[in-house]
Amino acid sequence: MTADTRADADRLVAAARAGQDEQAQADPVLDVRDLTVSYIGPDGGTVACRDVSFQLGRGEVLGIAGESGSGKSTLITALTRLQRPPATTTAGSIVFHPAGRPGIDLVPLGARALRKLRWTSMSIVLQSAMDALNPVMRLGDQFADVLRTHNRGMDRAAARTRTTELLGMVGISADRARSFPHEMSGGMRQRATIALALACSPQLVVMDEPTTAVDVVMQRQILAQVLRLRRELGFAVIIVTHDLSLLLEVADRIAIMYAGRIVEIGSARALYRSPAHPYTRGLRDSFPPLHAPLTTLHGIPGTPPDLRRLPSGCPFHPRCPVAVDACSTTPPPLVSLPEQAAECLLLTNEEAS
Amino acid sequence: MTSATNVEVAQPPPAAPGGTVVPTTRLRVPSRWSFMLRRLGFYLAAAWAAITLNFLIPRMMPGDPSVAIIQQLQRVSGQQLPPETLVSIQALFGNPDANLFEQYLAYLGRLARFDLGTSISRFPTPVADVVSSGLPWTLMLVGSTTVVAFVLGTSLGVLTGWKAGGRLDAILTPASTFISAVPYFWVALLALWVFGFQLDWFPSSGGYDPDAQGVAFWVSALRYGFLPAATIVFSAFGGWLLGMRNMTVTTVREDYVLLAQAKGLSPSRVVLRYAARNAMLPSFTGFALALGGVIGGALLTEIVFSYPGIGYLLYDALTKRDYPVMQGVFLLIALTVLVANLVADSVYVLVDPRVREQG
Repeated sequence: MTADTRADADRLVAAARAGQDEQAQADPVLDVRDLTVSYIGPDGGTVACRDVSFQLGRGEVLGIAGESGSGKSTLITALTRLQRPPATTTAGSIVFHPAGRPGIDLVPLGARALRKLRWTSMSIVLQSAMDALNPVMRLGDQFADVLRTHNRGMDRAAARTRTTELLGMVGISADRARSFPHEMSGGMRQRATIALALACSPQLVVMDEPTTAVDVVMQRQILAQVLRLRRELGFAVIIVTHDLSLLLEVADRIAIMYAGRIVEIGSARALYRSPAHPYTRGLRDSFPPLHAPLTTLHGIPGTPPDLRRLPSGCPFHPRCPVAVDACSTTPPPLVSLPEQAAECLLLTNEEAS
Repeated sequence: MTSATNVEVAQPPPAAPGGTVVPTTRLRVPSRWSFMLRRLGFYLAAAWAAITLNFLIPRMMPGDPSVAIIQQLQRVSGQQLPPETLVSIQALFGNPDANLFEQYLAYLGRLARFDLGTSISRFPTPVADVVSSGLPWTLMLVGSTTVVAFVLGTSLGVLTGWKAGGRLDAILTPASTFISAVPYFWVALLALWVFGFQLDWFPSSGGYDPDAQGVAFWVSALRYGFLPAATIVFSAFGGWLLGMRNMTVTTVREDYVLLAQAKGLSPSRVVLRYAARNAMLPSFTGFALALGGVIGGALLTEIVFSYPGIGYLLYDALTKRDYPVMQGVFLLIALTVLVANLVADSVYVLVDPRVREQG
């Protein structure tokens, strides 16, 4: 079977790439190709992200979901070039497309050029707002320093005005600029970091579990605010979380990561209604539906694999409820479906037969 | 020192006269001033305790220190003491026949006029004069070296911590650990032997050239002070470096430093305003306390180099059993430590906004 399936697989991979989301294809803000990130250790490297490819359209919200250790945080620190040793991008490209200018590959970019791009093109919202804000600086100063770094000639008064405007966008009153982070509530701090992320009108905002540190009511409020601001300002969002049900509500497209690979990517609707990968199905069924009668929830048996000793074939096969013998030997190809693409051998068999 | 004030905060709000309850918000959010006032009150109480102990200890000792001092004074000076000196000594060290409380009041009265009694070994120089002759030397030598060691160690600590695992870290961190482990007096004696005696680059004892005048005097003071100063800085900077390095290593991993980098701020701004600024908070407290130890802290240096500061005076007083000088120096040390603590506390409120609310 191998020769035939491989040929099929190659054809299908090409089809999958070609058939990716039309909007992203037409005017991408970010084009990630075969990104591989390793943690270099004394006994060689551990690959935490392997051959990750996706495109992000202008103003699109892409959700990335997966269990702990699936490589989602590794992926976003690589995307934002914020990774620290021993994490190293060993292969691939991250091409950022500023509006109306040629694309820039972030992977080989030097520190100085990268600094110019930071915050003005791409900003980040970190998981815990308490830790993300400097505890000994007033909120306003933390806005002013980034504003004045990237807008030479902006004076203090102008920076203050802009800060007031930004805080206003997330419903924080102007006098809070005088506050220290510890004087604000958790929700307010998180909204402040979102306002901070928008300070230099970036085209891409990366959010790393932006709402895990706040309660569910605040979670909804914050996400609604992010979506409204995106409509008004038009920035694209990559939002990383382990909470798939949350992504189903806010994301245009969702990428599911498992063992460092994107195993399925597609429109939120498709992933919710007809997940193609057994892992996506497992993730979906392990969250209670918000707008449907309660049914029995199913978890995914087993634990995520050790990245240093990945199972042969499909990394998910030891936990997969529908695995066949071939899954343990043949790495699954990326199979394109009308609204999504997934890496599963069963899909190729269905297509081929 | 914070526990005492914590207790006050934890107490329920006192009921105002007439049974109405004072709004609790006022207690929860103390202003910067009320915070400072509570601290100040605590330090005044501690200062009073130090002064009182200084009064009580000679009186609690078995035997009569006054008699011992008077006998010694007469032996040293070879003359009969004038009656006012007798009164003065008894006031400081206690006349066993007098009322303790009256003595205490008289002692406080003398202290208020900076009357610390008369030195035995340098009779009839007043203790206040003896102490103030040593004070500028100690302040200049130990004060400046403490600042230099702190600035040098802390700056290098930031650099090594920022690039932990780098070349600078690989050299400076083990070197500092080694230097910190070497006893100070050994470093001082070695430096004295090598640079003072063998190479003869620097004078081996004293604080200045007694024959020099004007500018030459200041130059000689620098020359005499160099070796003691260098040994202090050498021995002290490693501790600051290690403390600052370790704090920087943990601070660099904080999310706010990551975010500062993500903001595209200049590396110097990220290091200084975000990493070092936060990593320095514990070192800062240590620095303020070290400044408090300046007066008493240079004992070994001043003994090894026969430097004419407070430490050498204390050593001299100890060997000659000059109780009045010892008592005066101890009081001075206790009070400077208290003042340094007060300054540390007050300034810490300014450098770390988080402690303002916690009291």
